[in-house]
Amino acid sequence: MSGNPLLEVENLRIDLTVGDTRFPAVQDISFTIERGETFGLVGESGCGKSITSLALIGLLRHPLSIGGGKIRFDGREIQNLSPGEMRKLRGNRISMIFQEPMTALNPLSPIGRQIAEMFVLHKGASWREAERMSVEALASVRVPAPERRIKDYPHQLSGGMRQRVMIAIALACEPDLLLADEPTTALDVTVQAEILELIRDLSAARGTAVLMISHDLGLIANMCRRVGVMYAGRLVEERYADEIFQNPSHPYTSGLVASLPLLGARLKHGRQRLKEIAGVVPPVAAFPAGCRFNPRCYAATDICRGQDPGVTPLANGGLVRCHHHE
Amino acid sequence: MLTFIVRRLLQTLPIIFAVAALIFVLFSVIPGTFASSMSEDGRSVLDPEIMARMNKEFGYDDPVYVRFGKYIRQLASFDLGTSFRTRQPVISVIADRLWPTAQLAFASMVFAIVIGVPLGFIAALRSDSWVDMVSMVTAVSGLSLPKFWLGLMLMYLFALVLGWLPSFGYGDGSFRYLILPAVALGVAPMALLARTTRAAVLDIMNADFVRTARAKGMSERRVVQWHLTRNALVIVLTTIGLQFGTVIGQAVVVEKLFSWPGLGSLLVDSVTLRDIPVVQGSILVIVLLFLLINTLVDVLCAVIDPRIKYS
Amino acid sequence: MRIRANLLIGGVLFTTVVVTGLLAPWLAHTDPVMDANLMYAEEPPGTEFWFGTDAQGRDIYSRVLYGARVSLTVGIVSQLINTVIGVCLGLSAGYWGGWWDDVVNGLTNMMLAIPSLIFALAIMAILSPGLTSLLIALGLTNWSFTCRLARASALSLKSQGYVQAAKVLGYSDIRIMLTQLLPNMLGPIIVIGTLGMGGAVLAEAALSFLGLGIRPPFPSWGSMLSDARDQITTAPWISIFPGLAIFITVLGLNLLGDGLRDILDPHSRTRRA
Repeated sequence: MSGNPLLEVENLRIDLTVGDTRFPAVQDISFTIERGETFGLVGESGCGKSITSLALIGLLRHPLSIGGGKIRFDGREIQNLSPGEMRKLRGNRISMIFQEPMTALNPLSPIGRQIAEMFVLHKGASWREAERMSVEALASVRVPAPERRIKDYPHQLSGGMRQRVMIAIALACEPDLLLADEPTTALDVTVQAEILELIRDLSAARGTAVLMISHDLGLIANMCRRVGVMYAGRLVEERYADEIFQNPSHPYTSGLVASLPLLGARLKHGRQRLKEIAGVVPPVAAFPAGCRFNPRCYAATDICRGQDPGVTPLANGGLVRCHHHE
Repeated sequence: MLTFIVRRLLQTLPIIFAVAALIFVLFSVIPGTFASSMSEDGRSVLDPEIMARMNKEFGYDDPVYVRFGKYIRQLASFDLGTSFRTRQPVISVIADRLWPTAQLAFASMVFAIVIGVPLGFIAALRSDSWVDMVSMVTAVSGLSLPKFWLGLMLMYLFALVLGWLPSFGYGDGSFRYLILPAVALGVAPMALLARTTRAAVLDIMNADFVRTARAKGMSERRVVQWHLTRNALVIVLTTIGLQFGTVIGQAVVVEKLFSWPGLGSLLVDSVTLRDIPVVQGSILVIVLLFLLINTLVDVLCAVIDPRIKYS
Repeated sequence: MRIRANLLIGGVLFTTVVVTGLLAPWLAHTDPVMDANLMYAEEPPGTEFWFGTDAQGRDIYSRVLYGARVSLTVGIVSQLINTVIGVCLGLSAGYWGGWWDDVVNGLTNMMLAIPSLIFALAIMAILSPGLTSLLIALGLTNWSFTCRLARASALSLKSQGYVQAAKVLGYSDIRIMLTQLLPNMLGPIIVIGTLGMGGAVLAEAALSFLGLGIRPPFPSWGSMLSDARDQITTAPWISIFPGLAIFITVLGLNLLGDGLRDILDPHSRTRRA
């Protein structure tokens, strides 16, 4: 393995532009992903996980845009790459799986063609070669009878099958980094485990680093070596997965961990999610002063309401952003 | 695919039957008889004897259900009856008018598609720019223009003031005579197509699968070519099919204005002259044309969109 | 920003037309029907006759003002009839389902197969020309979109909790339809109604232009245009002003409908562009 890490994110800021005003939807995000490592980002919906991943692959669209900071991929800064340069990375060296397998595939194209597109785009294959390669790709994500399946249209497949196709597309060019944005949230519980196993096995076999995004700390802890916890556009804690479970530092992380036994119920009823942490993530335009978590925090004091906490290093390379970390 | 076409054609049969029944009810049950309607019109005074003879000749003495049965039997053998005025079979009267109407409808739809679809596409791709603004203002204006007035203004400008084109008539059937009526008829569907295309493209641009396409590393041009166009096409095609109906309907006014010898002006003339068999026949043929075109469009959509066959 | 522009311009145009129609007797210079004077036939627009005069020497400005009354009456009343028919049929079909739904569906499909102008023309053919006939012809022929919409909304709303609750409480079907379902589909229905009003104004003008609607000498914008073709070389103003009046009215209604849709029915971009 070469010296520099695969991905370094440094003080990333993402702006939301409303009229003439720019609100920082995501701010001061820094983390590093090593080659072949699986890194998790966890937090409630609306805390900025998804747009962070979209920023990494250069897919932010108006009204969102990168407002500052650096994204270094394989030692090279990519936040200001030209669209053409970015396209060479996208799909080829960084690829992405989305949350909604039902709508993420083009309904009018056979799935084989949608996989084959990757080989045509990035490997310069002819359509005929690409089709043969797409059979292999489909076989690698454990879809039975792939040579027949490539002619199927997305609406003929189940959600789990579609997500397998998405994975086949994402891993077709053997990328260095896979961004998986809630890849199993929309699926049945039984299918979830299979899909996660598939992602884990394939990434391990090919040495692909994975950025796994989920609101489900249990899932993240199972899959990832290290975990970043996001809240209201900020990274509030970053630790090794096993540590974060046993000994969370940030009150928000503690809340997430405490809410875990309700896992099954929460997936079905989104509203009951995180019952233990009162309140909801504030909207971007209404982030509170001081620590952004203070209105919902049981440990909040005056200093939390007045002063933004800085990053405190913890043992074993961990980081926490809290005045009263445990 | 063949079963789909057959099923789709079978679905139109009850509609055709219902329309035929409706037309029959409208014209045969409510307003009395041909002869009395003729005298009501005040055009001619008929003595009772002639009236009775004519009623007998056209079969208006029979009870309603007998007449309806006869009417449907005739329709089934493509017999639309005999014109009151010219005493010619209605079907041959209509056949003479079919080609000019087809020409006009086709030309105006071509105009609408060639201008409307690209306009909507560009507006969507440049949404919220001045291009978008201008094309959407054009579209809403186009939808609000009365066709016969637009025709009148076009006639005034291009035929009478500038003298570039013939002002009205079918002439020798050449293209020059077709331009003005086709444009007058085509502006509204053009406007509607521009709006539909824009809305469809905007919707699809925000679709998840387009984001997937971008995440694959596709250039914007390829995203548009490979993913956007075909998906938008289904909606655009459906609109085109539905617009054909409106165009054939609205052709009535434009044909009358430009003295175009089509089905529409035949219909209007027959209504004014109370030539009921011709009126009935023309409406039925117009509905048939409309259903035929829409079936064709549905089949085309099913070729493009595999989901349609199964729903 | 765009939303407000639509609504504002549409509202201003439409209000202007309504006010013009209401105040026509006070704004008009002459009686629109009686004051024909061949001495002044085909006078061009000027200080005395703002929009010029027609072949009979009548003041076009005054006739255009009175024409607003016909267009607005036909537009509003016929569209109200359409809306009532469409809502009654669609709502009951969606809510009750069963054979009644099949009947309504069949009727709607039939209506959609006949171009509405043709249908209106057929009805006008059996009625004598005039305002009442126009209201019937246009009021009976353009309800299919409203009906489809009401049916679809009723279908999706009837399984909602509050509707089920009303059922459990023993509300009658009619009461549930009127108090629980109808208010929740009103937005899109108003939008379709507004756009349909523009269509009705155009259809009235077309029928009157063909001599099957309002008959001359009574001033309707369509009938004013019906014999203008013959004079277009010598007196183009006879055609220009009534046409502009139709255009402005329909444009106002269309903009109003678009603006209302942006507010009341924001998710329906492709439903009916």
